Amino acid sequence: MNAIPTDLPGRQGAIDMTHGGGGRAMAELIRDLFHRHLGNAHLAQGNDGAVMELPSGRVVMSTDGHVISPLFFPGGDIGCLAIHGTVNDVAMMGAKPLYMSAGFIIEEGFPLADLERIVHSMAVAAREAGIAIVTGDTKVVEKGKGDGVFITTAGIGVVPDGVNVSGDLARPGHVIIVSGSIGDHGVAILSKRENLAFETEIRSDTAALNGLVDCMLAAAPGIRVLRDPTRGGLAATLNEIARQSHVGMVLDEGAIPMKRDVAAACELLGLDPLYVANEGKLVAICTPEDAGAILDAMHAHAQGQEAAMIGMVIEDRHAMVQMRTKFGGSRVIDYLTGEQLPRIC
Amino acid sequence: MKYVDEFRQKDLAERVAGAIAREVESGRDYHLMEFCGGHTHAIFRYGVQDLMPANVHFVHGPGCPVCVLPVRRLDDAVELAERHEVILCTYGDMMRVPGTGRRSLIRAKADGADIRMVYSTQDALRIARENPSRQVVFFAIGFETTTPPTAVALLQARRDGLANFSVFCNHVLTPAAIQHILQSPEVRDLGSVRIDGFLGPSHVSSVIGSEPYEFFAEEFQKPVVIAGFEPLDVMQSTLMLIRQINQGRHEVENEYTRVVSPGGNKKAQALVSDVFELRETFEWRGLGSVPYSALRIRARFAEFDAETRFQLSEKTSREVKSCECPAILRGVKKPTDCKLFGTVCTPDNPMGSCMVSSEGACAAYWSYGRFRTGQATGASKKKEVAA
Repeated sequence: MNAIPTDLPGRQGAIDMTHGGGGRAMAELIRDLFHRHLGNAHLAQGNDGAVMELPSGRVVMSTDGHVISPLFFPGGDIGCLAIHGTVNDVAMMGAKPLYMSAGFIIEEGFPLADLERIVHSMAVAAREAGIAIVTGDTKVVEKGKGDGVFITTAGIGVVPDGVNVSGDLARPGHVIIVSGSIGDHGVAILSKRENLAFETEIRSDTAALNGLVDCMLAAAPGIRVLRDPTRGGLAATLNEIARQSHVGMVLDEGAIPMKRDVAAACELLGLDPLYVANEGKLVAICTPEDAGAILDAMHAHAQGQEAAMIGMVIEDRHAMVQMRTKFGGSRVIDYLTGEQLPRIC
Repeated sequence: MKYVDEFRQKDLAERVAGAIAREVESGRDYHLMEFCGGHTHAIFRYGVQDLMPANVHFVHGPGCPVCVLPVRRLDDAVELAERHEVILCTYGDMMRVPGTGRRSLIRAKADGADIRMVYSTQDALRIARENPSRQVVFFAIGFETTTPPTAVALLQARRDGLANFSVFCNHVLTPAAIQHILQSPEVRDLGSVRIDGFLGPSHVSSVIGSEPYEFFAEEFQKPVVIAGFEPLDVMQSTLMLIRQINQGRHEVENEYTRVVSPGGNKKAQALVSDVFELRETFEWRGLGSVPYSALRIRARFAEFDAETRFQLSEKTSREVKSCECPAILRGVKKPTDCKLFGTVCTPDNPMGSCMVSSEGACAAYWSYGRFRTGQATGASKKKEVAA
């Protein structure tokens, strides 16, 4: 199923209101497009919901809506992003993601060929992440009431025994690790925006991180916090954790991995890379004793080769995130104010 | 990153810091006004203050274009978008500035006005070409740096006969504002604001050159050092200013020689004078009416002047009561002197312009400098960070 089939009826056509009307056109769309790419035993049952067996353990559930513009960008598209986003949210709880749902809101007139590209991309991403899409929904809205396609996914996973990961478990003395270069996704999207086009080689880092998390938890089941720094970037994620755990943080600017092109693009556009979105990176917080084993495991994994220790958790009742600048001073890293860049995921 | 990393080097910063520490005379304070918001931003973002002796004080000036735009002009922009139903193109910084009744462009947009954030005047021209049936207005703000691109846009619009494009011009001039500050009673007579010297504008000077500052350096006997926006530029310029002060000199010196020449960019100046002329007076937030401190579009470009094309209503514009932006812009008060700062006024819920722009003193204090003020972690925590 790697190649996109070319014989789908109506592949040259576009979505119209009948595709969401509950009649024959909708049934054909589901059968010929969604089932064809995403097909599995649960979907094949054709029921209103999926009945699944879950391994023993605590169940994690998470949901994520995707409204990104443009739909296709360097390094990915809304389809794989919708899989990665939810897989990562489940994985960041220390869980193994197992099942997903996908809801589509499609604008009238949307090309079927584009929809197929997106669904194909979802199928590939789901297979790579080892997750099955077991239930779905399709709605069509009138032209001008949507922007191409919006996709909402929800995922279920199970946390293995002995793993307890949560944003409120950071303690003074713990170390902060990031899995790789920051800001790639946001800058890749920016480079493709109609009104902000500039030449760059940056590709989105969108990726499922459950494989990396597996390796990290195998090396050190005692990881305290995992989170993927998506909207609002590294700055927002660390501020969230600091507030949840009632701790402060001190970062070392020089230790934060960043691609040269990303740094240059941010410099040019007046963006702070700490606030730019990522879709394939994670932040881990652990005891200093565990840090070595975790970093070794990350460096051995394709998605963690640039993993680095970027700071420490400290005691601070104001829950501030501070940074020692490369220049030798210090500054506060606050939440992002307003919207640095809308519709990034 | 070439031409950037060189000006952010820690070892060089330490060397300059050492030179400043040796140069300052104990028992004497140095009050240096950085006119530009870009300098304010750099000082906070890189933690430059941490590298300064305790008797060197930065006084934040009014050089933030978003901050000095009076509420009235913002209200006019909202009116253009709402009542005249134009596509209003604006730089992103303006979106969240609260106008009268705390009505901002972002609120007007949420209510259905067609307001678009652009990165350059060229984006606005493109939007005008793509929407021939709509009126497109570029909300032009800024100092001498952003003025030449607006001039180019007006020339292009006229050349291409882009009849649906116009400019709402709010361009202001730096030397007039600095002179106004030096003439203000707080500085001249009352002594409530002490300014021993100026870190002179960076990008502005690339356009106007260093010569325009010579008059007031002489007249008011205040040294000026034109400073780049990188943190090492700020430190080197600070050293140069302190040397001038210690030696009793008051000259215009240029630290930013890699960009700024004495005469500036003649081509840009010619473009600006081709399209714009001086306004007799213009209101600045904080400074009030400042004579010959702003530009308007010349009569021969009147058809592209939004103030001519649209009938803007008379209005009574009001700032948020007890917002200290005006005093902060004059250097009379610090952000932490404002009772709204950090309580009801935060970057998420700004009451005044200084809290909106990243170049505004309040936003810079909030984002980067809070822990210095003792409002948050206090002095003891600062030591912990440094350790």
